[in-house]
Amino acid sequence: MTNELPPGLALRKVDERIMTLNVGPQHPGSGHMRIIVQIDGDYIVACDPDPGYVHRGEEKMAEYRNYILNIPHLERPVIHDSCNVLYPYVLGVEELLGIEVPERAKYVRVIASELNRCIYIMYWLAIYGIFLGHSTMFMWPAGDRELLIDLMEKMTGARVTHAHFVPGGVRNDLPPNFEDVCLRHVNYFEKRIKEYAAVFYDNPILIARTRDTGVLSRQDAIRFGTTGSVLRASGVDYDLRKKEPYDVYDELDVHTNVMKEGDSYARSRIPWLDMLESCNIIRQALQKMPKSGSVRVKLKPNPKGKGFDTVYKRVESGRGSLGCYIVSDGKPEPYRVKLSVPSFRNLVALPNLLRGEKLGNMPSVYWSLNYWPVEADR
Amino acid sequence: MSAIAPNFKLSEFIKSLLDNIFWIILIVVLIGLPAIMMILFVIEMPVIDGELLTPFLALTWLADPSRILPVVKAFMATDIFRVMAFPGFGFAALLAAGTIFVERKMMAKLQLRVGPFYCGKVEGILQLMGDGLKLISKEIIIPAKADKPIFWAAPVLFVATAAAFVAFIPVAPGWVVADVELGLLGVFAVIGFFPIITILSAWSANSKFPFIGGIRALFQMVSFEIPLILSLLGVVMLTGSLNLSEIAASQSSFPWIVFLPVGAIVFFITMLAELERIPFDLPEAESEIVAGWLTELSGMMYGLVQLGTYLKLYAFAGLFVVLFLGGWNGPMVVPPFPAELLEKGIEMGPITAGPFPGLPLFTQEMLNGALWFVLKTVTVIFFIILPRGVFPRIRVDMLLNLGWTKLIGLAFVNIFIALGLLYAGVLGPGGLQ
Repeated sequence: MTNELPPGLALRKVDERIMTLNVGPQHPGSGHMRIIVQIDGDYIVACDPDPGYVHRGEEKMAEYRNYILNIPHLERPVIHDSCNVLYPYVLGVEELLGIEVPERAKYVRVIASELNRCIYIMYWLAIYGIFLGHSTMFMWPAGDRELLIDLMEKMTGARVTHAHFVPGGVRNDLPPNFEDVCLRHVNYFEKRIKEYAAVFYDNPILIARTRDTGVLSRQDAIRFGTTGSVLRASGVDYDLRKKEPYDVYDELDVHTNVMKEGDSYARSRIPWLDMLESCNIIRQALQKMPKSGSVRVKLKPNPKGKGFDTVYKRVESGRGSLGCYIVSDGKPEPYRVKLSVPSFRNLVALPNLLRGEKLGNMPSVYWSLNYWPVEADR
Repeated sequence: MSAIAPNFKLSEFIKSLLDNIFWIILIVVLIGLPAIMMILFVIEMPVIDGELLTPFLALTWLADPSRILPVVKAFMATDIFRVMAFPGFGFAALLAAGTIFVERKMMAKLQLRVGPFYCGKVEGILQLMGDGLKLISKEIIIPAKADKPIFWAAPVLFVATAAAFVAFIPVAPGWVVADVELGLLGVFAVIGFFPIITILSAWSANSKFPFIGGIRALFQMVSFEIPLILSLLGVVMLTGSLNLSEIAASQSSFPWIVFLPVGAIVFFITMLAELERIPFDLPEAESEIVAGWLTELSGMMYGLVQLGTYLKLYAFAGLFVVLFLGGWNGPMVVPPFPAELLEKGIEMGPITAGPFPGLPLFTQEMLNGALWFVLKTVTVIFFIILPRGVFPRIRVDMLLNLGWTKLIGLAFVNIFIALGLLYAGVLGPGGLQ
């Protein structure tokens, strides 16, 4: 038996120059998590993200409810992106139960998913703005988000947690005259977010602050397993809507936004470009959608899987590729549901990005990773 | 400022006024008159001008303008009035309160919001009063490890220093609290106190985020003081004086900003940095270091620092106006005081009020000067507030780079422009003025 302590308990040598800061969980710039940063003067020498403050056991809860009852609580990890976070689960259950989805329902899902992506990114952008001290960029997206939330309310009946996707289609058909209203709202929304460039993205101070900070190289981005806007900002052309099209994305013309810089600015600009692309996708989907038809297959009550079966489905959410692994053992409840969330993957890159940065860059680099603490903790 | 609060009704407003009048009359009759009677009963009254001075006679004299006006005028000539009320603290605090309200409403309009709305019936005009009451009523929490005497003293010192800064600003000809010969040097001396108070407050809190914020504030203020002082040298050279009243008086025909625009721009930017306004609000960057050096301050200590900050804002705007925008100089827009009021008084049918030998309380020049000064100051404050809606916060290294290289260089350019104008004989002694 040796006297050596395990690595976690070993006392580290304390350097008097180093100051340890607990950024969070009670800090305006942290979200529901803690980042332990060690600073030498104004430079960060080490950073240790500490998530887990909002763990709610969503995966364990899913084992006690049947496939339909799992829908409302599985979207809780990211209520602003609730359609997208539910999407892989619904796709997986459909494959498990062998359900064929009507064509119109697929288009409705795509529209709802893209609208929800915009709603999420607007929320993210608002917080990114206030993290950089730009209070106008906090208020404008938070206000313009309402436009799409109203649209989702017309569509699903709920403003934030929609629970709209069900195995076999969507819960309700579109309200009458929805196509015109949606087109009008989306066109106005696009015009509005293009105005953000003048006040935020082309702002010289913003560019000077976020250019060349927290640079994530292409190799590192792939090595850390980052996804979504972080990966695309590092020059990897990877978008599941194009690489593994689900539902009707293969019939739509999806353009992937890629930037090569891999810095904080690129990571903040890619979601904004994604929103513009989402507007295009919604317009295409509205055009191609069948004007009438069923949107939902009638299911048997309490559907069961066929014996032991596993399925893994993933979609491109507002933050990146979001996967759902479902194991069925023939009972009405799933044996295991595992969410593979993009937030946690993106957080892996944070210690590497912050090392050597200035303390003033910490909020912008941290939030540019498109990280949502509640989703990472599940 | 368009909409009126939804539950505003004229009838209810009039009713509330009548209610108040009723209660005032009731209290005067039931409490005031018996009190006077008791005073008459108990106290032996003096005899003035052959008349026994009763409380009723004192009230009569109070209502007589020919007796009360000289008293008021004499009071206005005292230092107490100057320090407490007009060019000093009261006036500045009033402008500062207006600034806070206008800032909140302006930011709200810019950000497609409403801003303060419900407090005070019309457009949330009493919101500031409500906030102040809230701050006063809150508990003051002192960190256990804080250095208590210094921690307590810092907010008070901050307000005191800001008020001392206000004292140097001449509002109208002759209306300044401290009319010192080396006024501008005095201003620099006072500005030099702010970083000391900030670092004292930050250090005494014995907490990490205030410490970082204090260090940042120290960096910022010290490194921007140099361009601040250099940018004003041009004006001093052309005027040949450090007295702020003389500098303002020297701009009777044109403001110095016409000849020294570079200096004005440098001074404006350094002013934003000294005031810790966005984009230079690094010492209070909330997403990085919570509230910077204000983190541990609670309740009215925080309120005092805020008051000091806005007094400082007013004082800096006033300094900019005095140095570059011509101070109180401007076209005469205030009408002259009617002379017959002094000799005959006002004839209203059978009754003649006056004459009023004490009037006018303020001269025409003073009113006109104060009007122009306030107008210009409000404009400058508007431009100080405006970047808050447009710019994000900058970083420490960018800030220091800006201060030490660009602004100091531009300040020297400004000095050379002033020197050139001086040696060419265009301006200065023997020149245009």
